[in-house]
Amino acid sequence: MWNYSEKVMDHFRNPRNVGVIEDADGVGEVGSMACGDALTLYIKVDPTGRITDAKFQTFGCASAIASSSALTEMIIGKTVDEAMRITNRDIAEYLGGLPEEKMHCSVMGREALLAAIANYRGQTRESLASPLVCECFGVTQEEIERAIKENHLTTREQVTHYTKAGGGCGKCHEKIEEILRAMSQEKAPMPHGPMRRLTNLQKIKLIEETIERYIRPELQKDGGDLELVDVEENTVMVSLRGLCTGCPSAGVTIKGIEERLKEMVSEELVVREVE
Amino acid sequence: MKIVYMDNNATTRVDPEVVEAMLPYFSESYGNPSSMHVLGAKAGKAVMEAREKVAELLNAHPEEIVFTSCGTESDNAAIRGMLEARPDKRHFVTTRVEHPAVWNQVPYLRQKGYRVTELRVDREGRLDLEELRSALTDDTALVSIMFANNETGVVFPIKEIGEIVKSRGIPFHTDAVQAVGKVPVDLKELPVDLLTMSGHKIYAPKGIGVLYVRKGTRISPFMIGGHQERGRRGGTENVPYIVGLGKAAELVRENLSEEMARLKSLRDKLEEGIVKTIPNVLVNGKGAPRVPNTLSCCFEYVEGESLLLMLSDLGICASSGSACTSGSLEPSHVLRAMGVPYTAAHGSIRFSLGRFNTEEDVAYVLDHLPRIVGRLRDISPFWQKRAMG
Repeated sequence: MWNYSEKVMDHFRNPRNVGVIEDADGVGEVGSMACGDALTLYIKVDPTGRITDAKFQTFGCASAIASSSALTEMIIGKTVDEAMRITNRDIAEYLGGLPEEKMHCSVMGREALLAAIANYRGQTRESLASPLVCECFGVTQEEIERAIKENHLTTREQVTHYTKAGGGCGKCHEKIEEILRAMSQEKAPMPHGPMRRLTNLQKIKLIEETIERYIRPELQKDGGDLELVDVEENTVMVSLRGLCTGCPSAGVTIKGIEERLKEMVSEELVVREVE
Repeated sequence: MKIVYMDNNATTRVDPEVVEAMLPYFSESYGNPSSMHVLGAKAGKAVMEAREKVAELLNAHPEEIVFTSCGTESDNAAIRGMLEARPDKRHFVTTRVEHPAVWNQVPYLRQKGYRVTELRVDREGRLDLEELRSALTDDTALVSIMFANNETGVVFPIKEIGEIVKSRGIPFHTDAVQAVGKVPVDLKELPVDLLTMSGHKIYAPKGIGVLYVRKGTRISPFMIGGHQERGRRGGTENVPYIVGLGKAAELVRENLSEEMARLKSLRDKLEEGIVKTIPNVLVNGKGAPRVPNTLSCCFEYVEGESLLLMLSDLGICASSGSACTSGSLEPSHVLRAMGVPYTAAHGSIRFSLGRFNTEEDVAYVLDHLPRIVGRLRDISPFWQKRAMG
């Protein structure tokens, strides 16, 4: 039995914005019945470029329905440009997290959103021109690359969990490994890789920078915040603020902060919440 | 919450009489059957009696019954033990619809250099016995074919299969986990050398199984250890669970034909009700002989996991061959082997009835299922499109 969050179950039991917008300004269709899930997203956009309404129809498991429902809630009221910046991670986080094997449901939401926006802008989606990697589930190279980049994926199994690519006959496993290798090389010159020995001062500076640039903006989106209290050896002590205080998923948040710091600063870091 | 449990092919509730029979062997007669004292003797006698009851249910000799920890262990012991005993034979025959306990041996055996034939099934889940006949060679070490399918309930003609296999002098194993307790299994009648059964599918607890080994069958032990089970399975006997299995076997044997008729009537009522009230439903294996308790059907245009979770909110427990429930991305290998289209396989649900189900349970499911399927179809982008043509 999957361990779905309460929020996933709520969106599954009471999906928001189910249906069709007859005079939609943009429609995005992804997936198929043979693949086991599919989503059609309709958006209504006002002349200033703001999404005023969104509706969806989904065939799929509980997390697919919940991801679609969450997506519509997240985009209504946003401008198209703002909506473009919503990643699959945002959708999963909005739902209080998804089991890793189900992350492809959030990716499906993101892909439908991009498709609907492209349709609204009268563009053909670049991904259609991108070479097909997984024939079983119809996943293109661009979709795989986007999932790897936005979710910091490192293994072939993760790529399958997030995009379904490679989950069928397995013929494309080699190709996925190649994409992963190519992308990890691209990433290498990044200044923040956890690749060198840091002095204490460098370490603290890098932790501060990572919090400022990556972690705080994420938390603030949900009305939360955090304060860096101290760094002792490899233990980073933080205090959650705002809506994060007393949030039932604070543990998940701390875990997420730790993962991000491990990735950007040092594998050895441990994050502890203090009062 | 009201619970309507229709997942008896997954596991069953332990019968209260079984629990009662087991209890003294935890706290009073807790001896080791090998021990030379009064408690050892009590435990030894209890194991002996349980062995007789299981043998009676299968119409076998008590010495042919080997207690194991579960069906999967029995399957492993049968297949690996037989292949080890016949090291010069390098060919193994099974089917494409086996339980994972057998099916997942296939890649392992191939890796070990075995040639494996996986027999096909038709759209109804039936084997082609001609294909079996032509698959057998002088190099065939073992044939392993399940008795009844866990997902669809389809029953294979084990007697005919056994005759074909034995006529070539090849050992024959059958995984009868889903058959024992649901159809008569008579080992005097059936040309079977090795047979797997499991306790928790027949109202005994999880953690106890049986491998039947016909007298004269040479097989290497899978679990090497003490002299228990005549050296065929080392390890101190799980006395309370063995006693429980003995009691469960006795209860099954006493009521089998009435219970089969009762379950069939409930299953058929459920099947007819579903087909009558819900459009676009396929019943899997309808054209084949099936065990009386199992109904596997595909609800087109909905996905199985969603359906299960909505049923679960109403206390209805069933299972699905959909990809999503297992965490894999492909639907059940059984439905795929039968050629059920992917579009339907994702919406497959298995209802498996049991001893504690009633007419009211069936009515309760029929009361709620059409609405739930309808609700999910309303959310689905394909249902309306289909309606529009």
